[in-house]
Parts: sequence; structure tokens; C-alpha cells
Amino acid sequence: MQIYLPIAEVSVNAFLLLGLGGLVGILSGMFGVGGGFLITPLLFFVGIPPAVAVATSANQIVASSFSGVLAHFQRKTVDLKMGTVTLCGGLVGAALGVFAFNYLKSIGQVDLMVRLCYVLFLGIVGALMFVESLNALRKTRKAATSGRPTPTKRNKHNWVHALPFKMRFRTSGLYISVIPPLLVGLTVGVLAAVMGVGGGFIMVPAMIYILGMPTKVVIGTSLFQIIFVAAFTTMLHATTNYTVDVVLALLLLIGGVIGAQFGTQIGLRMKAEQLRVLLALLVLLVCFKLALDLLIEPHELYSLTPLEPR
Amino acid sequence: MRFLLLILLILPLSAGAETVVLGLSRDRINITANFDGSEILVFGAVKREVPISDEEPLEVIVTVAGPSTPVVVRRKDKRYGIWVNNAAVEVDAAPSFYAVATSGPLEDVLLRVEDLRHKITTTRAIRSVGAPDDIRDSSKFTDALIRVRQQNGLYQLLEGVVAFDQQTLFNTSIRLPANLTEGGYTTRIFLTRGGAVVSDYEATIFVGKVGLERWLYMLSRSQPLVYGIMSITIAVLAGWGASAAFRLLRNS
Repeated sequence: MQIYLPIAEVSVNAFLLLGLGGLVGILSGMFGVGGGFLITPLLFFVGIPPAVAVATSANQIVASSFSGVLAHFQRKTVDLKMGTVTLCGGLVGAALGVFAFNYLKSIGQVDLMVRLCYVLFLGIVGALMFVESLNALRKTRKAATSGRPTPTKRNKHNWVHALPFKMRFRTSGLYISVIPPLLVGLTVGVLAAVMGVGGGFIMVPAMIYILGMPTKVVIGTSLFQIIFVAAFTTMLHATTNYTVDVVLALLLLIGGVIGAQFGTQIGLRMKAEQLRVLLALLVLLVCFKLALDLLIEPHELYSLTPLEPR
Repeated sequence: MRFLLLILLILPLSAGAETVVLGLSRDRINITANFDGSEILVFGAVKREVPISDEEPLEVIVTVAGPSTPVVVRRKDKRYGIWVNNAAVEVDAAPSFYAVATSGPLEDVLLRVEDLRHKITTTRAIRSVGAPDDIRDSSKFTDALIRVRQQNGLYQLLEGVVAFDQQTLFNTSIRLPANLTEGGYTTRIFLTRGGAVVSDYEATIFVGKVGLERWLYMLSRSQPLVYGIMSITIAVLAGWGASAAFRLLRNS
């Protein structure tokens, strides 16, 4: 069934979009990420204009994160205070990101910038996560054979603890400066706006490795702040670019929220380290595909950008 | 879904004084939620008060042009090992859709001077005033514009598809793709003899969104704040609804 998208102004198969949403939903439920880093490139692939894909993904992320955070509220695994601090940084970042996005769009480099951001961040995060989770897998195996649990090295002192403006985050059991959470929020906010992602794939490792938060509160807290950053990004794109396609978003999120519930069930049956290895591989795969597109000579060297009639 | 657009054309043709009468049974195409392209059927007749002359035969050219807008054409170059947009040329006006249908090979039915005067072929329909000084091969950019749009089905050259019966009755159909720009689509019909245009007529078909599609589009432009809030509300409700529904399913 073909459906005409009023803002994207293209006709796409509705079941294809539902399927895309569902696929990304399953993955996001499994791994606790928004899935934006997958859905935006997939939308490029089915022929949605990049600007619409980025803005609409932000809207779709609001739905999937909201669905996810409700489950975490029930389990009390959301650090509201930490979420609010990172959110403050995130909103500023999102505003900067949309500003940068519009500037790049005007000089015709937005496509390149979005792709470069993807390659760079997916590459770094994927590689780090892959190495770390393989090590963790090896450790748990060693622990299982020697019969004693490995001591966790949380709460170790690093440069983060030397900064001023300290604040107590009870849910996370942390007493750290507010500067790192603000900066993490800011960075993720910029990326959310430029790449059309929630930024979970950066937020989650940053909270674990830089802020030293316990893993069980990280996903809930990250989802909590992503809702607001993504909603803010949606508003900015809707009011400055008019590129949020609500019909496209609706189809994606119907598939997405259903997929997410199945994904959560699958995720609960798997070991955390196994999940992280899989997520790392997935991230690296997307990164590799996008890098290839930049390196190989494109089939068509020319691209068209129609302007508003004068 | 296909819309059939019927253009009834009566051309009273007499020596010297030629008048064209055009009847349109439908003058707009509606873009609805399940719009998947459309087809325009153009047909008509040549009406004469004198017998068919023994001179060269009459030929028919039909063109359909979408609204023209400026287009920036960018070319990728390899810089620092990756392919990036580099040189850009702004084409001053290019139709968003352009189809030329003829009753014979284009070089036989149309003289170059007539093409220049009436701007019939795709190359003539595009207006490109000039490129920046540092770009020498600006014609490659207009060629690329035509090539890219041809591949998307937006520019079509349909030589010999106009059926022309007994030098009197003609008909053809032109396929419009799903990714149409809104606006007025100018349909022109030329009668040529020996490559020279002997009669022409012009009519406009309006292509526009209707119903929900139009409402959403207008809302996003005129009330972006309301539109944004609506989008987010839908997202939040969907997220909440899904988790509530699955909780119920699991509990039951």
C-alpha cells in the first residue's frame, strides 16, 4: 500500500515503513538505545530527503524513549537528578546543533556532515564497546572457571573527581562535579540535532565510563533525558525547517513501539556482555557501510537542490 | 490510483486563419494520502474546412511542464580521500516536471528555430543564465540536471508515442510520477508541418494536495509551533499507549 507523505512529498510503501520501525524497535528494546542511528540511514536508503529523515527521526525517538522510560520508572532505575543536569546541557546542545544543521544545509554540506558524524562516532563508540565487552566476556568466563566473582572497579578516582561544583546524585550513588554531566549532555544534544539521533549510543558509554554511573540506572536515565532533547529538537526542526513529517513519524513509531516491547523481552533473556558485543558489531557494521559510501566514487557525481521559487 | 485527465481538443484549421479550441474535462489532479502517480490522457482532433492538403503531413507535439524553480546543481570531488560536494552551479529556472510527446522523431517534426522560439525540448525549457567564473564546464551541470531528473521519471522524451490517425485524430498519455511538486502544470499542444509550428494551444492543470495531506502541510507551514507540539504529543501518546497495551497483554 503506497502512502503519500505530505512533508517529505514522496510516495512510499506503508508496510515498508512499519517494518523499518518494527526492526529498529526490536533492536532499541534489546539494547536500550533509541535506534535513531539506524533509522536515519535506513530512511535515506528508502528515498526520504535527508533533512526530513533527520527531523522525523527525532520525533520518532520521543515515542520509543517514552515507551522505554516508563518501564524503567517502574523498576526505579531512573536517576532524575542526573537526568535533569545532562538535560540542561542537552537543550543548549540541541539548539547549537540545529543552528549548525541549518548553516550546513545552506552551503550544501549537510549530507556530508551527517555522514562524517556517523562514521566518526559510530566507529569510536563501536570499537570501544566491542573491545570492552569482549574483555568483560573473557572475565566472566574466567570468574566462572575459578569460581569467584571479579571485583568491579567502579568509583575509581579519575580526573572527573577533581573538578569543582560537586553535587550528590543519590540514585547513582555518586558525588561528582556537575561539569562532566553538563558537557556530556551538550555533546549529545548537538549530535541529536545534527544526526537525528537520540544519542543513547554515546550517552550510555559516557555515563558508564566517564561519569562512573552504575549500569542499571544508565539506560533509564539516558532515555529520560533523550525524551526531552529529542522533543526539543523536533520542535526546532518543525519551526525552522518545516521538515518534520508527522505521517512518516506515525508509521515508524507504530512499528517501533511494538517492536520495542518484543525487543525488551528478547533482551531480558540474554547476558549483558553478549548484548554489548552484538550492539558493538551492529554499530560497526553501520559505520563501515557509511564509510564505504564516502570512499567509493559515487555512481552519480551531481546532486540537485531545488530552491524556493522567486 | 490513476486519474484520467481528458483534454478534448478541436482545432478548426483553415488556410491562413487557424484557431484552436480546447476543452478540458478535468483541470486538476488531487494528491491524496494514497496518491501514487497519475496519468494524463491528452486527445483531440484537427478540424478543417478545406480538404487535407498534399503537402508534408501534419505532426503533433504535446508538452507538459511542472512549475519552474531555481535549482542548485552540485558536483562531488575527491577531497582528502572522500567524496564531497564541491563546485555548484545555480540553474535559474528548471521545471520540476517536463514531458515532450511527439508523433514522430523529434528532429523530423520540429525545426531548431521553432524550438528556440517556443522552447519545446527539455534543454530549451531550462533557463540557465550563467555559471560562476571558476566553472568552465557549466553545460555539464545542466546535462546532469536533465540526466538525474530523467532517471527519476521527471523528465521524459516520448518520441513517436502520439497516435495521429488520418491526419485528424490524435491521442497520447503521459505518466506523472508520485513525487510531484504542487502547482500549475502547463500543457501545450503544437501542430507542425515540415517542422514549422502552424498552430498551438496552452492549458493549465492544477496539481495540489487535498484533504488531510493539505491540512497537515498547511499547518506545518502556517502554525509550525502547533504542528511541532502535535507531533510530539502523538509520539508521547503512542509510546505510552504501547507500553500500557503490552502491560495489559502480559497481565492477562
